[in-house]
Formats: sequence, C-alpha cells, structure tokens
Amino acid sequence: MTTTPQLNRAQGIGPSALNRRDGRVPNSARRRDTLHGWAFAAPFVIAFLLFLVWPIIYGFYLSLTGQSITGANSELIGFENYGEAFRDADVWRSLGNTLWFTVLSTVPLVLVALILALLVNLGLPGQWLWRLAFFAPFLLASTVVSLFWIWMYNPQLGLVNSILGGQTAWLTDSNTAMISVVITTVWWTVGFNFLLYLAALQNIPEQQYEAASLDGAGKWRQLFSITIPQLAPTTLVIVILQILASLKVFDQIYIMTGGGPGGATRPIVQYIYETGFTAYRLGYASAVAYVFFAIIVIASVAQMVITSRRGAK
Amino acid sequence: MTTTEVLNRTEASTDRRVPSARQGRDKRKPLRPSSIIAFVILAILAILWLLPFAWAIVTSLKSEADAGATPVTWIPEGGFTLDAYTSVLSEGNIPQWAFNSVFTSVVITAVSVAISALAAYAFSRINFAGKKWLFYLTIASIIVPPQMLIVPLFYQMLAFDMVDTYAGIILPQLIHPAIVFILKQFFDQVPIELEEAARVDGASRMRVFLQIVMPLSRPILAAVSIFVFVGAWNNFLWPFIVTNDASLMTLPVGLQTVQSAFGVQYAQDMASAVLAALPLIVVFLFFQRQIIKGFATTGFGGQ
Repeated sequence: MTTTPQLNRAQGIGPSALNRRDGRVPNSARRRDTLHGWAFAAPFVIAFLLFLVWPIIYGFYLSLTGQSITGANSELIGFENYGEAFRDADVWRSLGNTLWFTVLSTVPLVLVALILALLVNLGLPGQWLWRLAFFAPFLLASTVVSLFWIWMYNPQLGLVNSILGGQTAWLTDSNTAMISVVITTVWWTVGFNFLLYLAALQNIPEQQYEAASLDGAGKWRQLFSITIPQLAPTTLVIVILQILASLKVFDQIYIMTGGGPGGATRPIVQYIYETGFTAYRLGYASAVAYVFFAIIVIASVAQMVITSRRGAK
Repeated sequence: MTTTEVLNRTEASTDRRVPSARQGRDKRKPLRPSSIIAFVILAILAILWLLPFAWAIVTSLKSEADAGATPVTWIPEGGFTLDAYTSVLSEGNIPQWAFNSVFTSVVITAVSVAISALAAYAFSRINFAGKKWLFYLTIASIIVPPQMLIVPLFYQMLAFDMVDTYAGIILPQLIHPAIVFILKQFFDQVPIELEEAARVDGASRMRVFLQIVMPLSRPILAAVSIFVFVGAWNNFLWPFIVTNDASLMTLPVGLQTVQSAFGVQYAQDMASAVLAALPLIVVFLFFQRQIIKGFATTGFGGQ
C-alpha cells in the first residue's frame, strides 16, 4: 500500500501512539485509529462474518425448520427437531460411540506420547530417526492413513493377521472395529502430543535434577518426583486438546469402517453428515449439529474452569 | 515459557552437534545397560511405527497378483515392479488431485496467514473503536468446531454457485481465529519503540507493519504457516463435501474414491497412498527441525 501525501502529513502532526502518552487523545487521532484498525482487520472480519458467523446463524435458523432438499416444509417449527434428536436412538448411539472413542483414544494418546518423549529425551543416538518415525504419520492425510490401515487390517492379506495369526475381520467385526480405529488413530496422531511433551521436557530446569542427584535420588525417583510433576501443566494442555480433537472424529472412521458394522463405530459428526447429505434433512441435521456444538462447548468450558483453577493455585 | 524460548530449546535439541541439556546431565557413557535397554525399546517402537509405511511401500512395488497372494510375504515371487505406479499415474487423476491440493493449500496458507497477521496487528497495536468486542468474538469463535457448519456452509456455497470450484474449497478454510490469537500474542511482545520511531519519521501504519513488524515475525509466521498448510493439505471433510467433480478433488478426497474405482487392486491402492504421502514426508525429511518447531510453537498456542 502506498501512502498518500495527505496521510503522511496528517500523521506527521502527531502519531496517535505518542499522543496517548499525554493521557488525552485528540478526536481526530482516535477517528484515524478506528479507521486504521478496521482497515487492517477488514479482510479477516469479512471472511469471518461470511464463512463462520453467518453459517452459525443460518445453521441455527435451519435447525428450527423442517427444511429438506426439496425445499418443502421450510417454515419454522420451533424446537421440534431438538425434541426429535433427544428421542432419536441413533443420536444417542453416535454420541455414545464418540465418547467411547474419546476415552479409548485419549488415554493411550497421552500415555504413549509421554513414554515416547521420555525415551527420546534420554538423548540416545538416532534422534533424527525417532522423530521421523513417531511424528511423520501425523503429517499424513486421514485418507492415506486409512488406506494404509485398511490394508494392514485386511483379514486374509493384511500384515496384522499375518503377524498375529488368525483371520480376524478387524474392521467389520463389531467387537474389534472400534479398537482397530483407535489403534490407527494412536499411530497417526500420537506424534503431535509426543512433540509437545518433548518441548516441555527440554524446558525443565537442569538444576532440579542436579539438586536431586546430590540428595541421592536415583533416576526413577527423579522421574516421578521431578519430571512427571513438572510436566503436569503440559499434560493438562495435551489432555484437553486431545479430548476436543477426539470428540470431532470423523475422517478415519468414515473411511475405514463407514461407521459400521451396523453403526457400531459411527461418530456424531458422521450422523450429521448422513442426515444432511444422504437423507437431505437439513433442518434436522442442523439441530444435531447444535447438539454436537453444545457438547464441545461444555467440554471447552470445563477446560477453562480447570485451567483457570490451576492457574490460580 | 515464551515463544522464543521454545524455539531455541527445540532447536538446540534437534541439532545433534550441540549437546542438549539432557546429554549434559548423563555424564556417564551412554553404554550403560539401562541405556541399551532404552535403546532397544525405542528401536522396537520405531520399527512398529514404520511398519505400516514399509508394508504399504512393499505392496505398492508388487504386481497385483503378488499383492493378492497368500501367504503374505515381504519379497514377492515375481520380483518388484513399478507397474502399480505407472498405471496409477497414467490412468488415474492423481496428478490433477496433486495440483489441486498444492494450489488450494498454498492459497489458503498465504491468504489466511496474511489476513490473520493484519487483524492480529490491529488487535495488538491499534486502539480502534469496537476492538474489544471484535477481539472477544474472535477468541470465542475458536471454540466452534468446523464440522458443525458443513450443512449451512454447503447451502451457502450452493447459493454462491461455488460448489465444485476452487473458491468453494478455499474460502471457508481461510478463517483461523486461533492463529490470530497466537500472532497477536507475539506482536504484544515485540517492543513498540522501533515502530514509534518509524511513525514519528512519517511512515504509515502499513509500512511499519510490512517493513518492521513482518520481518521481526518471520519465525512465528513460518510456524503458523506450516501449521495451516499441513491442515489444509490434509483436510478431508470440507473438500469432500464441496466437490463432486473428480477433476476438482484434492488428494485426500480423490484417494477416498480410489478404492472403489480400482476394486481389489491392492498394489494400486497402496501406490496411490504412497504417492499422496510422499510430498509431506520428503519435505519433513529436509525441514524436520523447522516443522517440529512450527508444530511445537503453534501447539502451545504460541506460548
């Protein structure tokens, strides 16, 4: 952006940042700041209003209608969709699957990440390789990950059965489908948490270990009385990020099992997708989306309460 | 923990020539039995983690007959072949999808980081009317899961006539409120004196932003760019919803259709997956340190 002579002269009179020092800001400077502020923010604000704020409002409006793809029944029906969602066994089942997936995935995604980070942080040779092995999968698209693992889990030709023996149909047996998807997810995304732990480990003051050594504390003692407590804030961040990420699961389940067998792995996001884009019930899909949003909000608020309480200590 | 501290520490630890803090503590030789045990455990875990890659690559190098043969073997009877790659590249849409992925991801990264930086600068430095509530609204929107917006966004795109267009793929992916927040926090730490001096000398805000603030922010801009790029490159749900035309699909979306298209052609499935995986893995091999830094910084919210 080129500056016009007028603008330069106007600013030459007194840049607002300096005027603020006097405690009093001339009206003209304030107006100029407002103009500049909105001009800088404008591109973001426009995109923000169009593609985030508006869909939120429009989605809520849709959820109050019986709108479907045919355009029929587009009048307001109040909270009827929400009532239906509350009585819909498929909503409850998908929510249950989502929560179950969240529990099953969060625990190993935190623990395995911690163990990997502790091991790599020992400074053993091969740092480059360890980081590559554990973090590289995180860079893959969900589709690539799913294709890899569909092949790994292939009952006759897959590596998993060839190593373990047997003919388990991992992805199509309702007893193993969820755990199989969880294993894939851990393989795929543990690298990110591993990285956060690794960064945090390198931040623990060296003196603490030196002092503990002088006091005669062994390595294991140091691990449990220094390292793990020092990592507590990081663990909290990781657990929260992980729960929020796991609640939003869709890609790998949709691609690997299609939500099956018989809906045994279908997460809530897939139910929103199917209601909106397969059954074309826009109004109802939007209502279910808002139920999903409510759960994310509850999880996020719980997170804020927990973190602020910790911060207050 | 400040951003720069994280950056420096991560850097120190990834550079093998610089002894890391941890190595300094382990003054004894690394050949202690406990180190050997740890090494073996790590090696086993690393092999486990690399196994799906290796298996996919080996399968992609087999003929279809060998890929579908039992018992499962690592070395195919008919020897290794590049047939799967040649047929995937000549018959399929992979080159087109790769172009679409590169194009949309680059545009998304460039535009979203630029508009986020401008907004973050305004939030950090300019005292404008309405700033407070606009900032709170931006922060609050971090909570919104993009997955909940697929239905209204799709019908919005339908109204804009943007279904099956690059614009349709790109536009909804431009908003990253969390990136605005991270950049604002970074700008808050940059000393204001330099900017004030430039302003006294008559430089416009935009000049100050482009010539002083942006160069100072290179590390954090790189970090968030990496984060946004990988997210866009790998995004599945939105491009999957907004594209039906195979020639407009991105790699993740196109690959999902490959399975059904090729039927039970396992070698070709794996060749496609390996081809799609390759670019980011190669980039990672070359820029491991920068990428790790980028994710660590952004992951901690720039803290």
